[in-house]
Parts: sequence; C-alpha cells; structure tokens
Amino acid sequence: MRLAIEKRDTKSRSMALIIPLASFIISLLLGALVLAASRTNPLQAYGAMFNGAFGSARRFQYTIVESLPLLMCGLGVGIAFRLKFWNIGAEGQYVWGAIGITWVMQFWTFLPTPMLLPIGLVVGMILGAIWAGVPGFLKAQWSVDETLTTLMLNYVAIGLAEYLYINAWKAPLGNMGTPEFPEAAWLPRLWGKIHSGLFIALALVCILYFLLYRTRWGFELNMIGKNPRAARYQGVSIKKNIVIAMLLSGAICGLAGSVNTAAIAHRLTRGVDAGYGFTGIIIAWMSGLNPFASIIVAVALAAITTGADALQIAMKLPESMGEVLQGLVLIPLLAGSIFVEHRLVLIKKETA
Amino acid sequence: MNQQTEQTPVVRMEHITKHFPGVLANDDVSLELYPGQVLALLGENGAGKSTLMNMLVGLYRPDSGSIFIRGELAEIHSPQDSMALGIGMIHQEFMLVGNMTVAENIVLGLKELPFIPQIDEIRKRIKELSARYGLQVDPDAVIHDLSVGEQQRVEILKLVYRGADILILDEPTAVLTPGESRDLNKIIQKMLSEGKSAIFITHKMDEVITFSHKVQVLRRGKTVNTCDTASVTPKDLANMMVGRDVLFSLDRCPYHPGGVRLQVDHVTVDNPLGSRPFLDDVSLEVHRGEILGIAGVAGNGQTQLTEAITGLIPISSGKVYIDGKEMTNATPLQIIRSGVSHIPADRGANGVVGDMSVGDNLAMKKYRTNEISHGVVIKRSFLRAFADKLINAFTIKTPTQDTCVKFLSGGNIQKTILAREIDSCGGILIAVYPSRGLDVGATETVRQNLILQRDQGNAVLLVSEELDELQMVADRIAVMFEGKIMGIKSVKETNTEELGMMMAGTEDRRRDA
Repeated sequence: MRLAIEKRDTKSRSMALIIPLASFIISLLLGALVLAASRTNPLQAYGAMFNGAFGSARRFQYTIVESLPLLMCGLGVGIAFRLKFWNIGAEGQYVWGAIGITWVMQFWTFLPTPMLLPIGLVVGMILGAIWAGVPGFLKAQWSVDETLTTLMLNYVAIGLAEYLYINAWKAPLGNMGTPEFPEAAWLPRLWGKIHSGLFIALALVCILYFLLYRTRWGFELNMIGKNPRAARYQGVSIKKNIVIAMLLSGAICGLAGSVNTAAIAHRLTRGVDAGYGFTGIIIAWMSGLNPFASIIVAVALAAITTGADALQIAMKLPESMGEVLQGLVLIPLLAGSIFVEHRLVLIKKETA
Repeated sequence: MNQQTEQTPVVRMEHITKHFPGVLANDDVSLELYPGQVLALLGENGAGKSTLMNMLVGLYRPDSGSIFIRGELAEIHSPQDSMALGIGMIHQEFMLVGNMTVAENIVLGLKELPFIPQIDEIRKRIKELSARYGLQVDPDAVIHDLSVGEQQRVEILKLVYRGADILILDEPTAVLTPGESRDLNKIIQKMLSEGKSAIFITHKMDEVITFSHKVQVLRRGKTVNTCDTASVTPKDLANMMVGRDVLFSLDRCPYHPGGVRLQVDHVTVDNPLGSRPFLDDVSLEVHRGEILGIAGVAGNGQTQLTEAITGLIPISSGKVYIDGKEMTNATPLQIIRSGVSHIPADRGANGVVGDMSVGDNLAMKKYRTNEISHGVVIKRSFLRAFADKLINAFTIKTPTQDTCVKFLSGGNIQKTILAREIDSCGGILIAVYPSRGLDVGATETVRQNLILQRDQGNAVLLVSEELDELQMVADRIAVMFEGKIMGIKSVKETNTEELGMMMAGTEDRRRDA
C-alpha cells in the first residue's frame, strides 16, 4: 500500500472552503507544539490569547483597531496578486503613507486645519502609489523581477522614515518622533479605541469587490492573471494594466499607513514599520483574494497579535510568539492548496 | 499480422467508464493491443480517444473497469507507473526543454541517473538507438535549433531510451511534412519488427490506412466498431466516425471580390535570434468577399504574418493598411476596433483563458460594448443571455456556461473561439490553422463558417497547412516559404503540384496580381 496524489477532474469547490479552515486548525496544532516546547500548556495559552483578543470591550476594540491596517494592506496586495504580480512591498508603501500624512500635517501649515486630514490621506495614497508604481513600471517595461524590487524598496522606505523621525523632522522635545499632529486633524474615534478608519476600510472592501467582480477592468485583470497571452490576443494591454494595478495596490497600502498614523500615533515615530504590509500578504492569500473574506482573515490575524500581548502578560512568554503563530498560519494553507486540484488516494497493491 | 490467437495482448482495457462533470467521456470501452501491432484509435473530438489513452498513462483514473498489461492487472496512478510498465506516450505538444541538448532532454528525470551523469555513455547509447531505429538526431544539438520533425524523433528516442515498448502517439503527423510522415512510418515499422506495439490517436483516414493493422472507432465515448484495417475503406471509416455521410464539398456563392479591406505592403519582421527574418518583404491584399489562403509548411512565417497584422509583434519595415487606413504597429486593441477578428494558432494557449467559464470566454471581445456592459460595469444578466445565444447558435457542447473552458473538448473550445470571433467580426477575419486537430464534424463547421463570412462580404485570411482545405475553401492561395511569399495563385488556375513546388521553395516566376 502506498499513498499517491492524483489530479482531480475538476476544481473542488468544497475544498476551496475546507482548506482555509482546516489549515487554520492545523496551524493551531502546530502552534501548540511550539507552546508546549516553551513549557506552556497550549490550551491555557490559547485560552489566554482568546481572552486577550476578545475578552473585554477594550480588548475587542483593540483587536478591531489592529485589524484595520491589516485588512487594508491585504486588500492592496491582493489587487497585484490577481495579476500574479508579487507585490511584497506593501510594508514600504504603508510607510510612505505615514510619511505622506506627516509631511502634510507638519509642513503644509498654509492649509486650514480641517483640510489637513483629507489632504494628508490623499498625499499618503499618492506616495504609496508611486512607491509601488515604480516596480510596476520596471516590470512592464523591462521585465524587471518585482519580488526583488518591491522587497528592496521596503528597506529604503523604512530607512528614510527613520532618518525623518530621528533627524530631519524630529520634534524639538523628546529624542525621537515628529511633533504631534494638531488634535483637530486626528482621525475621529467612533467607539472607544475604534476610529473612523473602520468606515474607510469597509468602504474599500465594497469598492474593490465591485471593481474586481463587476467592472470591465476587473474582467481584464482576471484574464491577465489566468492567461496573459490570451488576454493580449483579446486586445488587453498587459503593460498598462500592470502599472495601473500596482498604482492602485500601492495607493491602498499607502492609505493604510496614513489612516493608521492619523488615528493612533498622530505622528511619525518608531514602530511605523510594524509589519502590517507583510502580514497583508498572508491575508491576501488566505482570503483567496476575495475582499469580503479578507475581513474575517484580518480580524483573525489581528486577534493572534493582540492575543499574543496577553500571552506575554499572563504566561510570561515573549511577544514574538505572536509572530511565530502568525507565520504558522500560512504554511498549512500553502501546503493544503494543492488539494483544490488534486486528491490523495490510497493504492492497494492488487495481484491479478 | 494475425497472431492474436496464440498471444496474450500487451494491453487489455476492459469496460472502462469515465465521467467528467456533465460529460460521459468513456462509456464501457474495451480495447486490445497485441505485440507487433499498430492500433488506430479513430474518432471525432470529444469522442473519448485522448481520455482513454490518458488513463493508460496514468493522467486520469477510470471510474470503473480494469487495465491489464501483458496479462496482469495494473494499477496506473501516474505517468511514472505507466513508464515502469513500458508504456510511453508522445503528446501533441512536445514535452522538451528548449534550451537543453537532445541528450540532456533524453535523460532528464531518469531515476537511475547518477548525481554526476556519465554523459559520454549516454551519448553513445543515444547514437546506438538512433542508428537502430533510423532516428537521426545529434545528441548535442539544442532543442531550439531542431525542426518539429526532429523534436518528435527526440520524443520517440526518449521513450525508447527508457525501455518503452508500448508507444502511444497522439496525432503524430499533424505537425509533419509528408516526407517526415513517411520517415515516421519507417521508424514505427522497425520497432514493430522488434515486438514493440503502438496505439495511434488520429482522425485522418489515410493515416489509419497507411499506419495501422487494426482500427477501433469511437463515437461519443463508445466503441462503434473494431476491425482489421485491410477490410475497410476511408469512406466506411468516416461514416462510422460521424454516424452520417460527410460532406466533402461545400456550397458557396460565386467569387465576386469587392474592394481591398486588408493590405500588407512590403512588410518585414526581424527575428532577433535567428539569421533570417520572420517575414521578408511580404505583400498581399485581401478583398471583400474573398478568402485568401496562406499555404506553406508550418514555421515559414505564417503565424508571424498574422501576429504582425494584428499588432502582436512589431513590424520592422513596410506598412499594413486596413480599409485604406494605415495601421502599421497599431496596438492589438486598435486593430480589433478597426474590424479585425483573429482565430489564433494554438487555441489553448492563445485563444481562451482555460480557468474562466465558457460564458466569460465568449464575452472576451464584446465585454467592451453595450451588448454586455453599461459603461464600465459588466451586466452579468446581459453576459449570460449573450453567452447562451452563442452557445445555441454554434452548438457548443458544454454542461453549463459556467463550466471552465479547459474542461471542454478541443472541438468545442474551437467552437467557442469561432463563436466569439465571428460574432464580434467587423469585416476582416484572420484564421490560423482553425481546423488543426479537429474532427470531421468540427472541421466542417469551421470551414462552413469561414465560407459564410466570405459570402456575407467579409475578407477572410486563412492560414492552413492542408492544401485540400485551402483548395476547398479559399479563392486565392499565397504560398509562404522562409518568410517570403513564393507566389499568389487563383485556386481555379493552379494545382496541388504547382503549390507543392512553391511550398518547397521554388519561386513562381509569373507573379500574378
């Protein structure tokens, strides 16, 4: 007897649903191994995490707040992923969003204060779009590999942000960070910690769903992603669409950065490169590039982060345990996706 | 070869049934192949020939039924399993790595290959095998540089090297010149004399007659008949295959060409890698109400000609006019908007998006218009109605319009493309090998549609390798050789011999208008 992997005759629809769920459970089991190795009772640890993420109104609010930049970055990279353009530069594009809004808040003082917020958000979007558009253009024009360019540009953006908040734009008081934005220009809060970025993120989900599934442009992206040659034969310009998709992808990641900065830190400071852009990649993958599914995935991953903070307090485990658990979520998912088009069969050796 | 009585068959497939969603691909099919024998599997597209063979090589599993190899029940779950049983298949698309040498390709993936291969020994063995079967190939040649016929020989060598003695060939002559086909026949005869055996997938009658000992005809997944080749005529076979009498000639209106719609004027397309250009000073005109055929052995610039016209590859010099307007190096979209439809070569790779639905594939030109969209928004209800209309009009066999197009048979994929391109055609239709690999029924549909377009006053440019097809369908024929037009002839004033000479590179001195 042996096991073999066989190609299915059609794509399995039920598997497309079961796999993300099953891989989430498997990742919890893998995480349990890691926790057990750290001499912690996994059940207790997961209990503490769940409690830390959803156990009180304040914790719930914190989880939602944490999920918003994740959701937006997931939506952003998801657009590029539809074209099989591997934008792993969301982190840098997010940082540019934060730089953009800080620039407006700090230096565009000729504007009336109520205008600072909307214009800051737009400038953040534009800078994120440019940061993503450059690799898009390089790819479209000269087939420069996007995984390298987008990854490297992250470090450029992060380095620049550091230079700005430690040096050039540093507030006169304190040893790092730019001056705080005027309070009237903060993103208003809705309920406790939850801020109006929630509306922006949910509106984005709806807009993107419409754009990707209901418009001619979404149809073209679908064609290019699934068969670029055939798309070209049908008159669809691949170069143009790569650049447009990357501009949009970067704009959304940039917006995530400017929204989050205007809502939480209210200035550019340490921690701006919190890894939302990288986690966004996991979200895009796990949601199958579906904007609505991204909401659930983003909340789940945010809960792992906020839960891990509780883990640190309650179980005396390092904070980085959260990152370990997040990383573990993706591996079973990627391994499991093979079962959408394949199935496992048990072969019994028969004799004639 | 009537050794059946005393020998066990090398391959016996019994009561094989295989379902795909909405399609019964094989329905209780049985098959026997004896050593030293060639069995031809004849049938239309979607008749289930390839499905049956794919189960023999482990790409699919039968829903029910059993396979016996040399009398023993075999469980074949992967191509590796089938290779271990000595079964090898040569697919229509070759599985070769273009920038590696013949020898490297032959040993690629061999399990017993040591970490550091003894390349001299491999080369020696390849030379031995080449000499034994008359497969002349240089082991050090790079695949890129070989002709299609030579590449096919490499594929055969690959199987022989691995010790295959049951060969499955999927339409092996579709890409070969008549001379190469004769060579292939010699190679196969030599193999048979050593006790190897072969199964031939085909839908060409003359091929059945020249190559096979026994022929099994499939129709809609069922065996219609199995008989000795010597006892049947091509006409019998054609009738068995389609289940009705085949039209061998097509009705058409008399030839009254109108004004020029498409003009190609001294067009040259450089080949950045090769020594001679893809297209070398090509000029031609296609008129309203005519079909201009492009004849020639595949690879003499025909696809580049159509890609240059449709804006897919850059033109180095010369001009293209559509309805008198210069369209040289316009974008593919501009060309489409000026009324050009294109049925491309290699339909799976260029013509459809396999992972999208039949409906979406049908809408891939018209989604830009009010018939499907309101401004930039696609109206799903419009799209569905539009797709249903075309599925009915072109009798596309598909379970639903939501089925991924890659699950359809080749003939139905081509009908999907045909439907989309004809529906969106603005007066100029370019068709490249439109009937390649299609069965009699689907070929007839394609040809009738091309003629219908011509009769409606459209200009049709038809690239084909089959002179019969061109002589049946076209009004004028241009022959291409090494990127040049060797001559353009009116179908009525030329003959197969003259065209054949031009295809082989003899220039026609009396170029006519």
